Amino acid sequence: MTSVIEMIQHDKVHGSLYTDPAIFDEELRKIWYRTWVFVGHESEVAQPGDYVRKRLGLQDLIMTRDRDGELHLLLNRCAHRGNQVCDDAKGNASAFRCPYHGWTYRNNGELVGFPFFKGYGQRKLDLALGRVPRVDSYHGFVFGSFAEEGPTLLEHLGAAAGEMDRLARLSPEGRVELTAGWLQHQTRANWKLLAENETDGYHPQFVHGSIFGVTGSTIGPLYSDSSLAVTRDLGNGHSENDLRPEFRKFAEPMRWFGTTESRVPDYAAAMRAKHGQEAERILIEGGPHVMIFPNLFIAEIQVFNIQPVAVGECIQNSTAVQLVGAPELNRRMVSQCVGSVGPAGMLLADDTEMYERNQAGLGSLTPEWVDVRRGLNRERVDENGFTIGGATDETGMRGFWRRYKSLMEAT
Amino acid sequence: MTTAMSADERLGPVPEGFDRHAVEQFLYREARLADEGDYDAWEALWTDDALYWVPVGGEGGDPQNQMSVIYDNRSRISTRLKQLRTGKRYAQSPPSNLRRLLSNIEFLGGRRNPEGDVDLEVGANFLVIESRSRGLRLWGGRATYRLRRGGPDLQDLQLAYKKVVLVDNDQPLPTLGFLI
Repeated sequence: MTSVIEMIQHDKVHGSLYTDPAIFDEELRKIWYRTWVFVGHESEVAQPGDYVRKRLGLQDLIMTRDRDGELHLLLNRCAHRGNQVCDDAKGNASAFRCPYHGWTYRNNGELVGFPFFKGYGQRKLDLALGRVPRVDSYHGFVFGSFAEEGPTLLEHLGAAAGEMDRLARLSPEGRVELTAGWLQHQTRANWKLLAENETDGYHPQFVHGSIFGVTGSTIGPLYSDSSLAVTRDLGNGHSENDLRPEFRKFAEPMRWFGTTESRVPDYAAAMRAKHGQEAERILIEGGPHVMIFPNLFIAEIQVFNIQPVAVGECIQNSTAVQLVGAPELNRRMVSQCVGSVGPAGMLLADDTEMYERNQAGLGSLTPEWVDVRRGLNRERVDENGFTIGGATDETGMRGFWRRYKSLMEAT
Repeated sequence: MTTAMSADERLGPVPEGFDRHAVEQFLYREARLADEGDYDAWEALWTDDALYWVPVGGEGGDPQNQMSVIYDNRSRISTRLKQLRTGKRYAQSPPSNLRRLLSNIEFLGGRRNPEGDVDLEVGANFLVIESRSRGLRLWGGRATYRLRRGGPDLQDLQLAYKKVVLVDNDQPLPTLGFLI
């Protein structure tokens, strides 16, 4: 195998893409430190001075909100000798003081002082904390790009922005927050196995059969051979399981959330007051199930941030969606999300077991390839020009690999 | 101590009538049943208003609006165990090999319960050794239990509450498929 490019074909990808440390290093340069990457949410730093530690690729970041309300993604590295300037996971501070020699930075990254200035012959130095050069947000979801220039965030999001609009529209005020804190789930698998799995509609009945069976969940049939749901390649490596055709079939408000309107009357009333006739459709169709390249997965009521660590390790950060103006729903979303995701989650712990066994399996020498042809025989183009497949087809994965290949082809 | 049930309720004095030996035997038994995956016997330890909580970020925030690793009421404990009993709960199939140690057992006080009696609150340190194909892992921390008296002579003990604070719950944790 001579190059990464040859390892990605339309119906199969080479196993070493998941296991070769050199490829992981190349991904850091060409994907994680170039394209737009999800970092966190504005609601995590709601007040001036708020900060929270984050990761972008392997980079240790401090996401800050300065006194003017502006967001910054600062690299946690003193410009003097490289020590970490911030130890706490989150807090509120107007400045960060390096514990090593007392260099102090404003929360916008500016160096404001250093002790014993006579040793420098001046009170000012042309130094600052490093920063992610481009920071932008959409519905409060903060993304960073280490590329000084390139596509805008909206260009990167493309059609996936519409799915984020669908999420925000579930709030009676049109606003989403991520204020429930994050579970951090250590996963001994390559990050791409997760990105591919997020819109893989083929696995749920098998991996999650144990929980669907004992709870009488209605999720299983959404991902069956007879499901009307479709898997859509949204372009730019983004993909979704569009479950709306199934929910429209039943036409029951809140079925998407596993409940009925009568169980969440205040929320439904607020939505009907806000959206009028349109509310019925919104309450029937529910939230998006969308994987946004390379690391943001929005699964109806929960959000995941996939963080690479090494070729065979990543961290799944997960939290519950919180809808502004919907306290009745928010409490339920935390409860459902806690039951589902994280290290002991009744869904995600089993997904993670699969990721880890998958990683172990990929260490086998043969067959060398991973098959991603499912649904090629029945793929079609929808009325908006997007490639779609059946509910259990690998259309999303193929979209992921197309984008991956185009980024890895760059020099 | 912050829980939804007792946020407005102070820890009272240690209630009379709990025998230290019996309490310790109960905690050791709970630990052994969890280690050995004896789900039926473990489930039978719990009261109907049970709460089983594994927070993140130290002692954890308000579990109603903050994420937890586990925050199970009695119904969800039952669901969790039903899933385990299917044998298709892959995170625990094959099951982990487990043994745990309890120590530093302290009677901490009393909590008024919905039945009008007072539950005993007990603290203990623990160390679990878990062996899976991914390797050996140590899980350590502090557990807080609330034990309730029942039965004809108030000699039977039941578990009303168990909060498990892992020492590393501010860090990424691997899959926790067993009963901690």
